[in-house]
Amino acid sequence: MAKRQRNNALFQKDLVNEALVQSLVKLNPRTLWRNPVMFTVEIGTVVMACVCCAILFNHNTTQGSLAYNLAITLILFVTVLFANFAEALAEARGKAQANSLRKTREETPAKKIVPVGEMYVDEIQIVNSSELKKGDVFLCETGDTIPMDGEIIEGLATIDESAITGESAPVIRESGGDKSSVTGGTKVLSDKIKVKITAEPGESFLDKMIALVEGASRQKTPNEIALTILLAGFTLVFIIVCVTLKPFGDYSLTPITIAAFVSLFVCLIPTTIGGLLSAIGIAGMDRALRANVITKSGKAVETAGDLDTLLLDKTGTITIGNRKATNFYPTKGIDDSAFIRNCLISSLADETPEGKSIIELAREKGGNAPDNFDIHKAILIKFSAETRSSGVNLPGGKEIRKGAFDAIRKIVVTAGNQFPADTEEKVRQISSNGGTPLVVSEDKKVLGVIELQDIIKPGIHERFERLRKMGVKTVMVTGDNPLTAKFIAEKAGVDDFIAEAKPEDKMNYIKKEQAEGKLVAMMGDGTNDAPALAQADVGVAMNSGTQAAKEAGNMVDLDNDPTKLIEIVEIGKQLLMTRGTLTTFSIANDVAKYFAIVPALFIVTIPSLRILNIMGLNSPESAILSAVIFNAIIIPLLIPLALRGVQYKPIGASALLRRNLLIYGLGGIIIPFIGIKLIDMMLVLLHVN
Amino acid sequence: MNTEIVGIVATYGITLLLAIPLGKYIAKVFAAEKVWTDFLKPFERFIFRLSGIDSTKEMNWKEQMKAMLTISSIWLIYAFFALIYQDKLPLNPDHNLGQTPDLAFNTAISFLVNCNIQDYSGETGVTYFTQHFVLMFFHFTSAATAIAAMMVIYKGLKEKSVTTLGNFWDFFVKSITRFLLPLSVLIAIILAFNGTPTSYAGKDTVITMQGDTTQVSRGPVAALVAIKHLGTNGGGWFGANSAHPLECPNYLTYMVEMIAQLVIPIALIFALGFYLKKKKLAYIIFGVMTFGMLLLFIPTIQGEMHGNSAIAAMGINPTNTAMEGKEVRFGIPATAYWSTQTTVTSTGSACGAHDCYMPMTTGAELMAMMVNCFYGGCGVGFMNYYIMIIIAVFISGLMVGRTPEFMGHKVEAREMKIASIAALLHPFLILSFTALSCYVLVNLPNIHWAFQPKNWLGNPGYHGFSEMLYQYTSCAANNGSAMGGLTANNVFWNVTTGVVLLFSRFIPIIGPVAIAGIMAQKKYIPESAGTLKTDTGTFGVMTLAVIIIIAALAFFPALALGPFAEFFSMK
Repeated sequence: MAKRQRNNALFQKDLVNEALVQSLVKLNPRTLWRNPVMFTVEIGTVVMACVCCAILFNHNTTQGSLAYNLAITLILFVTVLFANFAEALAEARGKAQANSLRKTREETPAKKIVPVGEMYVDEIQIVNSSELKKGDVFLCETGDTIPMDGEIIEGLATIDESAITGESAPVIRESGGDKSSVTGGTKVLSDKIKVKITAEPGESFLDKMIALVEGASRQKTPNEIALTILLAGFTLVFIIVCVTLKPFGDYSLTPITIAAFVSLFVCLIPTTIGGLLSAIGIAGMDRALRANVITKSGKAVETAGDLDTLLLDKTGTITIGNRKATNFYPTKGIDDSAFIRNCLISSLADETPEGKSIIELAREKGGNAPDNFDIHKAILIKFSAETRSSGVNLPGGKEIRKGAFDAIRKIVVTAGNQFPADTEEKVRQISSNGGTPLVVSEDKKVLGVIELQDIIKPGIHERFERLRKMGVKTVMVTGDNPLTAKFIAEKAGVDDFIAEAKPEDKMNYIKKEQAEGKLVAMMGDGTNDAPALAQADVGVAMNSGTQAAKEAGNMVDLDNDPTKLIEIVEIGKQLLMTRGTLTTFSIANDVAKYFAIVPALFIVTIPSLRILNIMGLNSPESAILSAVIFNAIIIPLLIPLALRGVQYKPIGASALLRRNLLIYGLGGIIIPFIGIKLIDMMLVLLHVN
Repeated sequence: MNTEIVGIVATYGITLLLAIPLGKYIAKVFAAEKVWTDFLKPFERFIFRLSGIDSTKEMNWKEQMKAMLTISSIWLIYAFFALIYQDKLPLNPDHNLGQTPDLAFNTAISFLVNCNIQDYSGETGVTYFTQHFVLMFFHFTSAATAIAAMMVIYKGLKEKSVTTLGNFWDFFVKSITRFLLPLSVLIAIILAFNGTPTSYAGKDTVITMQGDTTQVSRGPVAALVAIKHLGTNGGGWFGANSAHPLECPNYLTYMVEMIAQLVIPIALIFALGFYLKKKKLAYIIFGVMTFGMLLLFIPTIQGEMHGNSAIAAMGINPTNTAMEGKEVRFGIPATAYWSTQTTVTSTGSACGAHDCYMPMTTGAELMAMMVNCFYGGCGVGFMNYYIMIIIAVFISGLMVGRTPEFMGHKVEAREMKIASIAALLHPFLILSFTALSCYVLVNLPNIHWAFQPKNWLGNPGYHGFSEMLYQYTSCAANNGSAMGGLTANNVFWNVTTGVVLLFSRFIPIIGPVAIAGIMAQKKYIPESAGTLKTDTGTFGVMTLAVIIIIAALAFFPALALGPFAEFFSMK
C-alpha cells in the first residue's frame, strides 16, 4: 500500500476540474439559499437576464445598451460561479484528503469468525470487508490487511500503520491494554489477532470527517451561523439602501437603470466573505485532516482556537520517551563495582526502557554479571503498583529489589534495618534535580541509588512560550513525585503540573478549570482517560488508544503525537482569523465601490456630484462595470488565502488586531480604489464603451 | 483666540469637570453605596409603598422590559386623551384648543419616547396642564426609563453569571430622585433668576419698540426647560424652542442649557467605568465618542464661520455672512456648537433655525443622528454604542482567532441576531419612510388630502430632500429637532413619524437589554493573554470604524442626494 500522499498544492488539476463541474451544480437555488449573500446575487443575475431579454425582444431603450446589460449579467453570473468554485475547491481538497484515507480501506477480504456453537471451534468465513457489521469478529494474521476499524479482543500483533500515519516504524497493538485499537487499511506484520468491529459501516470517524468537508451535508458551526446572520444583516441593509434609492432617484429626477441598481446592490453586499465563508470552514477541517487529525465536529476545531488550558502528558510530549539511568550512587561502605553489578543483575530481566538503560549504563561503566550467572535460574519479580518495586530472587536465595524510595524504605525498615542517611540525602538531591531516584536493596539492606533522568524534548520550551503568548496555559501531567515534577515543569517551561497523577486527578483538574470558565483540552489514549476526554472541551484521543477513549474524545490523532494539541490550537485560531479578516476586508471594500457607483448614478442629473468621482473613472458605464468586475475577481484572488488560512502570530490579542486591522481593514479600503481604477483604465484601453 | 470660541471651549470644559464627579456619584447610587442623598430613602420607600412595588425583588431582563412596556403603554393612553381634551382641563389661561387625534398621537408618542419632535407650537398647541403633567412629566420619565434600561445592561456587564439584573423600578425611581430631579431644580432656579418666566399667568401684553401692541406667552417655563435639557429631551415650552429669548435669556443660561444637555450622557459613560471598576474602558468609550463628535463639529464650525458662498457671489464681504438663522446674540460658534451637541445627544433643542444652516452643518447634524451614539441620549446613547461594541467585538474577536466575547461572556448567534436587527432598524426606518414620502410627493402631489403633498416642502431640490430625510432621521434617533421648512402638522407626517417614533424607541432599548440579559446568563470566562482586550485604543479604533462604516454604508446615497449635492452645488 502506497504511503499516503500529502499534496499541498492549492490548484491541482484534477481537483480544479472537479470543482469547476461542482460550481455549476451548486447553482441550484435549493442548495444556494443556504448562503444568503450569494443567493441574492443569483437572483440579481436572473433579474439582469430578464432585463437583457426585455431589451432584445421589446427594444426597450431606457435600460442602456444590450451589450452593457449583457456584460453586467455575465459578470454577476461569474461572481456566483467564483463563489461556488471556492466552496467546491475546498470541498474537493477535503474530500481528496479524506479519500486518500478512505482508499486504505478498499474492499479487502476479511476472515470473519462465525461462532458455530459453544462446543465447536469457530469457523472462519472469507467475506468482503463491506459485508462486515458492528459486533462482528474477524481474524487477522501475518500479511493480512485489517478490513475495518475495531478493537483487539485477543492476541498481540505488530502492525504497519504507515498507510494512515506515514510513519514507517511498525507498532505493537494488543488486547486489553490502552493500545487495543486497530484501523482499517493497516497491515499486520506478525502474529495474529482477533478484532471486534466497533462501528457500523459508514459511521466511522473517517466517515464523520468526510461529512464535515462535504458542503451539502455540512453542519454550520455556531460561529459560522453567527457570522452568517451578521452578513445577512448587512445584506438586508443594502436591500433597503437600493430599494429606497428608486424613490430618491425619482424625487431628484434621476432615472436609474436596473443594471445600476443590481450592480450597486451586488457590490455593496459582502460577496467576498459570503462567497468564501463555507470554503474557509471546509479548509479548516481540511487543515486538521492534513495534520492527520480527524475531528468529529466542526465546533471542536473552533473551540480549539479558544482553549485556555492544555493538559499534556509528560512522557512523550515534554520528555523524550522514557527516563534514562545517568548515575550510580552506592551507599557508604558498598563497593562501587559490586553495586553496579547488582544493578545490572536486577535489570537483566527488566524489559522496561528504564531497565534497559540501567544495563546500558552499567555496561558502559564496566559492570558485568558474574561468569557463572544464568538469568534463567533467577526468579523475576515483576513491577506491581502495590509494591512499586521490582527485582530478582537469585538461586542462592539472594533478593535484589529496586524501586521507589518509600517502597524500598518500607521493605528495609520492616525488616528492622536502618535506611542509610547518606542515601536518603542523595535521594532528595536527585529528586530536586528533576531526576528519579531508584533505590536498590539486597536482602532488605540498601545498596545504593540509581539516578534516572528525563530528557526534555528539544524546542519544547519555545513551543510552550508560544502557547503562553496565545494565552494558553500548559499543564504537565506526570506520575512523578512533586519534587521531580516541579523540576521538569520549570525546565520545560510549563505553567503548572499535576504530580503523582491518577486518572481521576486529570478529571478533577479539568473540572476545576472549567468551573472557572476555562476551556480545557487534553490528549489521552487509555480507557481510564475516557471520562476526562469526554469532560474536556477538546479531547484528542490517540488513534492507537482504546475504543472507549476514541469514542469519548472529539478528535482522533492518527499520528499518536502528543504535541499535536499545539497544532490543533493554531488550526482553530487560523480558521476564526480567516473569517474575521475576510469579513473586514469585504466590508471595507464597500467604501471604494460607493465612490465608483454613486457618482455614476447621479452624474448626469446632479453634475456637482462629479466631485465624488475621486477615482476619475471614465464614464458611468465603465465605473459600474469596473466595480462589478472588481467585486467578482476579488473572490478567486482570495481563494488561496481562504484555503490556506491567515497566519496566526502569537503577538498578543491587541497587537494582532492592530496588525490585521491595518492589513485587511485599511488594505480593504485602499485596494479596491486601485483595483477599480486599473480595471477602468483597461476598459478604456479596450474601447469597451 | 476668538472669545466666541473660548466660550464654547469653556462650556465643554465645565461639562467634563462636572461629568466626572457626577458619573462617580451615579455609579455609587446604583451600586447602592453610601451617598449623601441617602436621606431620600424614606421618600423612595414611600413611593414604592404607595404604588405597591417591591423594589428589592430581582428581575430578569424579560421582566424588566415587561415593566417598561406596561408603564409606557399606560402613560401613552393617558397622554393621548389628556392632549385631546386639554381644553376641558384646568390650567388653560390662554384658552388653547384640544389637539387633533393625529397630532395628539404624534405628540404623546413623541414625548413618551424622549424624542419630542413638536408638530405643534407650544404657545397655542398645549395648555399649562399638559405642559406640566404630560410633557414635563414625560421629560422626567422618558429619561429615567432609558437610564433604568441602561442600568440593566451595566448590571449585566458587571455580574459574572446571573439570571436577574436588579429591579427596574428601583433604577427608575432612583434616576429621578437622586439626580434628575435635584439637578433640574438647581437649573430651573438659575434659569428663573436669569429671566425665564415662572408664572401661571396667561399671555402678557407688551408694547414693542415700534410701538405696536403684542401678546407674549408665558408660563412656568424655567422648570420645563431645565429637565428638557437635562433629560436630553428637547421639547421646548415655546415653538421656537431655546431660540426664544425667554427660554434662553442670556449667555449664562446658554452655558447652563448646553452643559445640562451634555452632562448626563457623558456622566453615564464615566459611571460605567466607576460601576464596573473599569475606568479605562469608560475613557476609551468616551474618547471614541468625543472623537466622533469632533469629526462632526469641526466641519460644522468651519463651514459656518467661512460664510456663505452664495452671498459672497453677490459681492458681499464673505466673512461672517452665514448669519441667517443664527442666535445672533451669542454668535456663529455658539450656534454651531449647539447644533452639533443637540444632535449628537438626543436632545434636539434649538437655538437657531436648522433650515438656514450651511449644507455641511445639515450633513453633520444628520450624521450625528444617523450614528446616534456619539454621547447619544440619556441611557440610549450607551445602548446604541453597546450594539456597535457587540458587532465590533464579534468581528475583531474573529480577527484575533478567538470566538468573540465581551466582558467574559461569549457573543454567539442569538446575540448577533438581535444586534443585527437593532443595527438594521435605524437605517430601515429612516430610509424606507423617507422613500415613502418621496414616493407620495412625486406620484401623488395633488391627492385629495386636507394638506396636499405638493405643499409639504418649503424648499425644492436637494434642500427639500434634506428636510424630509431630517424629519425621519430626527424621529428615528429620538432626537426631536426639526430642520424646519417642512410642514409636518398634517395627518401623513403626524402618523408616519409617530410610527417611526414608536419603533425606534422600544426595539433599540429591548435589543441591547436582551443581549446583556442573555449574555449575563452565560458562563463567565476569565481573561487570558489571548483574550481581546476591549479597553484598549486599538479596540476603540475598531469600534469607531464599525460605527462609521455602518452609518456611512447605509446612508451614503441619501446624504449624497441631500446635503452633499447641495454643498457641492454651492461651490
